[in-house]
Parts: sequence; structure tokens; C-alpha cells
Amino acid sequence: MISRFANPARFIRISAAVLPWCSWLTLLVIAAGLYLALIAAPPDYQQGEAVRIMYVHVPAAWMALNGYLFVAVASGVALVWRHPLAEVAARSAAPIGAAFTFVCLTTGSLWGRPMWGTWWVWDARLTSVLVLFFLYLGYIALVNGFDDPARGGRAGSVLALVGVVNLPIIKFSVDWWNTLHQPASVLRFGKPTIALSMLVPLLVMALGFMLLFLTLLLLRMRAELNQRKALALRLNSRPLPAPTRPRAEAAASARPAALR
Amino acid sequence: MSALGAYFAMGGYAVFVWPAYALSAAVLGGLALFSWRRYRDSVRSLEMLQRQLGPRR
Repeated sequence: MISRFANPARFIRISAAVLPWCSWLTLLVIAAGLYLALIAAPPDYQQGEAVRIMYVHVPAAWMALNGYLFVAVASGVALVWRHPLAEVAARSAAPIGAAFTFVCLTTGSLWGRPMWGTWWVWDARLTSVLVLFFLYLGYIALVNGFDDPARGGRAGSVLALVGVVNLPIIKFSVDWWNTLHQPASVLRFGKPTIALSMLVPLLVMALGFMLLFLTLLLLRMRAELNQRKALALRLNSRPLPAPTRPRAEAAASARPAALR
Repeated sequence: MSALGAYFAMGGYAVFVWPAYALSAAVLGGLALFSWRRYRDSVRSLEMLQRQLGPRR
């Protein structure tokens, strides 16, 4: 089933059909989520209106973790089965995950200042999420740091897989160590400890962020595949018969700036 | 007007709530814009390349 969808030509066809729907749905769900988060949701009895930061902070944190899991799984598939799409998927997802991690860290800081009285503490949860951000940056630097993209992809895949140990550390850091950060109130054993009037906006925003991840992933994968195809075309166009050669060469060398 | 003012004051937390939302919008919106432009450029340069090489392929 996965290998059926993982054919690059079929991916290009299916993603072209899915992408417009996915983009509009993303906008719609995030707009609904913003309305629920900023207007419909009640203020917290302890935190007042500051609790509204939660509706971007928590979904961003979930996507930071899920995004990394996606990069790691795609990297594993790329390493084991050498599937070309898996490597493209991992490479395309990493900047999106890094952006969500950055949003999680900064909104957390803006929430921590009024609630904890500090922008930042070096405790287990905050530090392990900062490590996650650096793992993303390291992965991005590594896959782009080689002249040969295949070598960069392999080196990045190994880093992504090693970094997976950080995910359970982040998830359980609030239980294993003393921290200012509150423990899980949604994804826990038993019932969520958050009121329904706050849970619904949170889940709508989470769905919106998930759709945003999917939309940007498809868009970035298609861009990457186009660029690779253009590169292959340029390389293949070199050994042409003599009369047509100068024109093709000139065309190929006139383009590199636009191809980047 | 004062109701609107009270809303934007966010119970005294305006300096934390609004920057949090603005920053998230800037980061995620910026990434979306950047990704979309990269995609558009990739389509354009691929089409141009295929036009130039087209007849011989």
C-alpha cells in the first residue's frame, strides 16, 4: 500500500490533486481555531486571558514532536530501502518541524514570563525541546552540507535516527524530573484533565497545524522533485549532437540562478 | 469601543498574548510563503528547461 503511493510519478499526480483542497482546508480550520481560541474559549480561573497562549503553544509542541518522528521514520525508510521519495520527504519535513519547534519555544517563553515569573529555566522539559530544535537545525545543515545530495541525505538520516532518543525524554521529562512545566493534561492515561470548553479549541488548532504540516510537506516535496528533475534534465542534455549543442549548453548555463 | 479595548487588553496580558500569536503567524506564514515561492520558481524553471530541450527529447 505504501509502496503504491511512494512511486514518484504517482506521488506527483496525487499530490497535485490533493494540494489545493488541503490548502483551503488548512486556512479554514486555522481560522475556525483562531476564532475558538481568541474569542469563544473562556479565560482560565487561575491564568486569566494568558491561557490563550496555550492554543498555539501546545499544538506547536505536538507538531514539533510528530514532525521529528516523521523525519526519523522517513529517514529510516530512506536508509533501509533506499526509496527516493522517503529521503525527499524527510528533507522537506525538517524545516516545517523546526518552525513548529521555534513557535513552541517562543510562545512558551511568552507564557512562562507572566505565569512562572521567568522567560526560561534550564529544566528537563525546556532543555530537551531546545535540544530538539538543534537536532532539526543539525539535520538541515547536514543534508544540505554535501556536494553530493545522496551522501548528505545518508548522513542526515543517521543523525535523525539517533536523535529519536530525545522524543521519549521530552514526553516524559515532566514526570521524571522536577520542573516548572505542567504535566500532560490531554494525552494521558485516563480522562483529559482539561475542560471541554478549552479542549475543543485546542483540538481544532491542533488539526489546523496538522493540515498546515501536510500542505507545506506536499508543496516542499513537489518543489524538491521539480528541482531534481531539472538538474537531471540539465545533466542529460550535455552529450547532444554537435549542431544543437551550443544552444543547449547556453540555455543550461543561463539557468542555474533560477534553478536554486 | 471600551469593550473592544478591554478585549485587546486581554485582562492585562496583552503584551504576552498578542506577541505570541503574531510571532507564530509570522514564522508559520513566512515558511508557507517561502515554500510556495520556491515551488513556483521550481515549476517555472522546469517548464523553461523542458521548452528549451523539448524538441530534441
